[in-house]
Amino acid sequence: MNIVVCIKQVPDTTNIKINPETNTLIRTGVESIINPFDMYALEEGIRLKEKHGGTVTALSMGPPQVEESLREAISLGIDDACLLSDRAFAGADTLATAYTLAAGIRKLGGADIILMGRQAIDGDTGQVGPGVAENLGITHVTDIRKIEQIDEDGTIIVERLLEDGYVRLKIKLPVLLTVVKEINEPRLPSLRGKLAAKKKEIVTWVEEDLEIDSERIGLVGSPTFVKKIFTPPKPSGGKIFQGDTREAVASLLEELKKAGITAGKKGSEDGNN
Amino acid sequence: MNYFLTEEQEMIKDLAAKIAREKVEPIAAEYDENEIFPNDIVEILAKSDLFRVFIPEEYEGMGGGVLEMCLVVEELSKACGGIALSYAGSALGTIPIMLFGSEEHKKKYLPKLAAGEILAAFALTEPDAGSDAAAIKTRATLENDHYVLNGTKQWITNGGEASIYTVIVLTDPNRGVRGTSAILVEKGTQGFDFGKKENKMGIRASATTELIFQDAKVPKENLLGREGAGFLIAMKTFDQSRPGVASQAVGIAQGALDKAVAYAHERHQFGKPISSFQGIQFMLADMATQVEAARALTYQAARIIDSGAKNIAKISCMAKVFASDVAMKVTTDAVQVFGGYGYMKEYPVEKMMRDAKITQIYEGTNQIQREVIALQLIREELRKKG
Repeated sequence: MNIVVCIKQVPDTTNIKINPETNTLIRTGVESIINPFDMYALEEGIRLKEKHGGTVTALSMGPPQVEESLREAISLGIDDACLLSDRAFAGADTLATAYTLAAGIRKLGGADIILMGRQAIDGDTGQVGPGVAENLGITHVTDIRKIEQIDEDGTIIVERLLEDGYVRLKIKLPVLLTVVKEINEPRLPSLRGKLAAKKKEIVTWVEEDLEIDSERIGLVGSPTFVKKIFTPPKPSGGKIFQGDTREAVASLLEELKKAGITAGKKGSEDGNN
Repeated sequence: MNYFLTEEQEMIKDLAAKIAREKVEPIAAEYDENEIFPNDIVEILAKSDLFRVFIPEEYEGMGGGVLEMCLVVEELSKACGGIALSYAGSALGTIPIMLFGSEEHKKKYLPKLAAGEILAAFALTEPDAGSDAAAIKTRATLENDHYVLNGTKQWITNGGEASIYTVIVLTDPNRGVRGTSAILVEKGTQGFDFGKKENKMGIRASATTELIFQDAKVPKENLLGREGAGFLIAMKTFDQSRPGVASQAVGIAQGALDKAVAYAHERHQFGKPISSFQGIQFMLADMATQVEAARALTYQAARIIDSGAKNIAKISCMAKVFASDVAMKVTTDAVQVFGGYGYMKEYPVEKMMRDAKITQIYEGTNQIQREVIALQLIREELRKKG
């Protein structure tokens, strides 16, 4: 079983600040971490390897400091790691990123299963996973909450999370799966893993190492144009109905009726609504 | 603060801190309240290789020493002194095997202890033998190729949870301390049972039980060292383990200090955060200074022991006495900074105060520690005079 897990290094904060001039993230002073959703993908990759054998490789695209995240992946139990890093890759949107990652996976020799987190916490698009699969011409399924079994005949049975339930799917390998946090509980690194990660050579590939069209990578290959990023204004002018619950509900319904939000066929006078 | 740790020691500290923060802290209050033994945390520590850090490499360890053990205990204790004790108590039970075990003992037990597959425990105290360790009554009689054990040990940390116990017994009742021996007893040995689990003031997530021996047959090969060396083995073990208690105390104190500083910053009275009042500032400053001093002495003791120095009893006792007294003082002051909230179980500092108390009592009361320190001082003086 050949497994590739794609990870992204993201800033470690839920309070990301945006530079209003450039509409980009302010990354100064913010620690970088592996995208939390990708931690579940790494864990699932390690578990698949432990169960079915083979190798699991972590792949990422980004600046040289992403090597730290790849070392962290190694410390968890990932066998090998590969970084796609070149100035030419910089400024890539989801289209160019998916194209470049797919080229990296091809160079790795392909994979039976490619795992990714459902989305990155910085961009939040969830597009790169499906994009990579399209570039490779393979099947993809998003929001996987369980890998049930992998059969000898090269099929995999998975559960895909839906808003109000799940769907069980049987798919032919190779496949790209994006995972949700319900899938597992990621392990912590071990000391032996950390020591191994320190010594591990992380392969870095630049543009020339990959068979790619230079018009389709980085900023040049990115049709996405971010016009504006802003924090939406907080809704204001709400009204709190206080006092006796029955009376409060009655006056709330009255207000709603006035505003034309409820049909108001039945009055609230009986207090049982 | 730079503590001049090696890269590997930093790695150990960071990993233990991560586990403490992410896994221990969220459950600490619940495990304390309901006296839950932290099997899940033990498993996490095992998978993270943290039981390996103080065990030699030839037995699947990572070749560190007392300082490495202390770093783990301190970080875990910041989140929960009781949960940290499952680890520290196992270290206490492992030390006599490392120091006095035969090659067979080491091969049999150390790799499993290093992997965290099993826990160890150490059993000296009895109902009538605490500080007066020589007053133990548990007997071991050699019958052919077996020792037969009879008696009761009390307040044994990891009792019932550990798989291997170093038990100090009386092999020759006519020779006082020289009639004591240390014997390894495996859980599951016929005639070896566990008595009541104690309901304690603090460290409630830690299991503390009686060990009951009724004609328990143990192979004579399980003797550690030689017959008559029991008391010596116990003392040499404590010399190495006391910095562990000290680091537990430092961790508890640091945990309480961190909570107190954060709270003092958030809590407003008279329209200002209480951290702006000198009465609180001076308390916090003293607490921080004391914790730093306790840590310095603890690391110093650990480093001296790891250097292979011979006379380590004094520095080892000093670290334990000082750090545990600091822990009691700092946690009490942390409750004071929290005021009425500090006294409530909804806030974490009352537990830290309860947990701190035991560090002044176990592995030798602080009064006994001071006696050892004083005795050493007098001996050194006599030696000077020749």
